[in-house]
Amino acid sequence: MTAVRNIAAIVEKEWRHYFGSPIAWVALFVWTLLFGIFFSFGLSFFVKQSAMTAQQMEFGQKLSLNEYVIRPVFHNMAVVALFLTPMLTMRLFAEEKRQGTLELLATSPLTDLQIVLGKFLAATGLYALMILAGLLNLAMLWHYSTTPPEWKPVATGFLALLLFGACFIALGTFLSTLTRNQIVAGILSFCLFLGIWTLGWADDPTNGPVMKVVAYLGVTNHMEDMVKGVLELKDVIFYLSFIAFGLFLAHQSVESQRWRA
Amino acid sequence: MIEVEGLTKRYGRHTAVDSVSFHVRKGEILGFLGPNGAGKTTTMRILACYLPPTEGRARVAGFDVFEAPLEVKKRLGYLPETPPLYPDMEVTTFLDFVAKVKGVPGRERKARIEDAIAKCRLGEVRFKRIGYLSKGYRQRVGLAQAILHNPDVLILDEPTSGLDPKQIIETRDLIRGLGGDHTVILSTHILPEVEMTCGRVVIISKGKVVAEDTPGNLTRRLQGAGALRLEVLGNGAAVAEVLRGVPGVLAIHPRPAGEGLAAFDVEAAAGQDVRALLARAVVQGGFGLLGLSQVGMSLEEIFLHLTTTDAALETGAASDTKEVSA
Ligand SMILES: Nc1ncnc2c1ncn2[C@@H]1O[C@H](COP(=O)(O)OP(=O)(O)OP(=O)(O)O)[C@@H](O)[C@H]1O
Ligand SMILES: [Mg+2]
Repeated sequence: MTAVRNIAAIVEKEWRHYFGSPIAWVALFVWTLLFGIFFSFGLSFFVKQSAMTAQQMEFGQKLSLNEYVIRPVFHNMAVVALFLTPMLTMRLFAEEKRQGTLELLATSPLTDLQIVLGKFLAATGLYALMILAGLLNLAMLWHYSTTPPEWKPVATGFLALLLFGACFIALGTFLSTLTRNQIVAGILSFCLFLGIWTLGWADDPTNGPVMKVVAYLGVTNHMEDMVKGVLELKDVIFYLSFIAFGLFLAHQSVESQRWRA
Repeated sequence: MIEVEGLTKRYGRHTAVDSVSFHVRKGEILGFLGPNGAGKTTTMRILACYLPPTEGRARVAGFDVFEAPLEVKKRLGYLPETPPLYPDMEVTTFLDFVAKVKGVPGRERKARIEDAIAKCRLGEVRFKRIGYLSKGYRQRVGLAQAILHNPDVLILDEPTSGLDPKQIIETRDLIRGLGGDHTVILSTHILPEVEMTCGRVVIISKGKVVAEDTPGNLTRRLQGAGALRLEVLGNGAAVAEVLRGVPGVLAIHPRPAGEGLAAFDVEAAAGQDVRALLARAVVQGGFGLLGLSQVGMSLEEIFLHLTTTDAALETGAASDTKEVSA
């Protein structure tokens, strides 16, 4: 119980900071704006394509909104997450160290794990809010479309984006513990995320075992099925273990820095 | 309440705290005194479970800082050297956050915050952002944060730094008022502060404890090393000549005196009372002895004495001030 209360106190504090400063508003604005742009591009493309297929009646079947509009948006937003998540994580620990407030947290009856979890959950919560705000765009599809999209791929797509971003957030939390300069933490995070992203490019069926492992570690590949609406346990487990690993590193780092200091 | 046993902290090859031992009883206020870089902050950080000791043990409120840090932290209020504040928070929001992480139950939270605001006189700035506060007010928010959850033990690193004279007095009163119910360790460079607020002083220099006693005892016991002030009717040079011949006199410093008078500060070897000898020598020399008085060493002088010279250790040992390390 105290653990939950402690974590909640940290989350509340971080959210106060996010929304008391431009960070949350900028992130929300950029995210929903890009979401809207990608969505409207996808939609106008879809409308053109439907008009063309309607002429060639031999297809006889309507195009899927899920496939042509929603899925590409999710993929594009994953790229946006690559840029925005460092913004959410870079100051988490770096700023506490610079301000000397880590001394307050570290001498309060909190465990290091509670501090790490509180900060991770605060950033992930804001990120989830961003995705949800973006998804509002899709609401009009249900409202206006004669054959509304399936909701299931939207739900799993949301989960995919969430888990994918949470991996970066966990790693970013760790990187933020390494320095007292949040800009350094942000740049390091971005570079590392980009590196992990490119691992996914090694995904090729003709590759040898080493490249298969590399490709497996690329966080993007595990999104594919989920965005299509197929929720595979192995993908969820991959993401959860990735997140757990990032948080483990963050926890070790916070603890060992105090021990070595 | 606080037991420190052979505490050592090394940063790489540099020893910041060197087998420091002391005890603080429940309700006592202990002053921690020492020049810059003496190791005060380091010791306090170890007691607050922020840094682990390299060697030695420390128990706070009955719990070992290394083995049961969570139990220690529950009972501890800590004001670090730089007050740990979030500049974008309002004072009350900040105190509310601190109350939560210190585990103050919800129904007591409001009352505790009001109490801390009243005690630290933060009423005027309660809805101001901490980032906009002046240094003194920030220090007071730091103090409010430390006493907020009414902890058994308070560790205050330079609690009055940055305060104006009126605030210093009020803060000292506040700290004095904390004694009895709370056990307090405070560090400072300001010696009168120790005399006014602390029941006992630990003087630390280069990581080692050089003296530990009540402020009164420290002053009294080191008086042997203080100077004697002498006023004599007669020619200065001639009197000085006579004084120098007295056994036990180390040095003579002339002081300004009126026409036909001579005045000196006489330094005697530690632990020797040369007053009788001086008086006799003056009278036998045919001069008129007008005054002979002892100039007590101020805490400042004792402090300088103990922390700046190697001879200080011997001086301290010669008087019966409790020597903890030599
Ligand atoms: N993180 C650190 N790494 C290396 N050395 C350190 C560190 N922190 C403190 N020191 C060294 O330890 C010694 C004791 O420092 P400390 O801050 O405890 O002194 P202090 O008595 O509090 O001094 P002041 O009166 O200036 O506050 C100093 O020589 C300092 O340089
Ligand atoms: Mg200090």
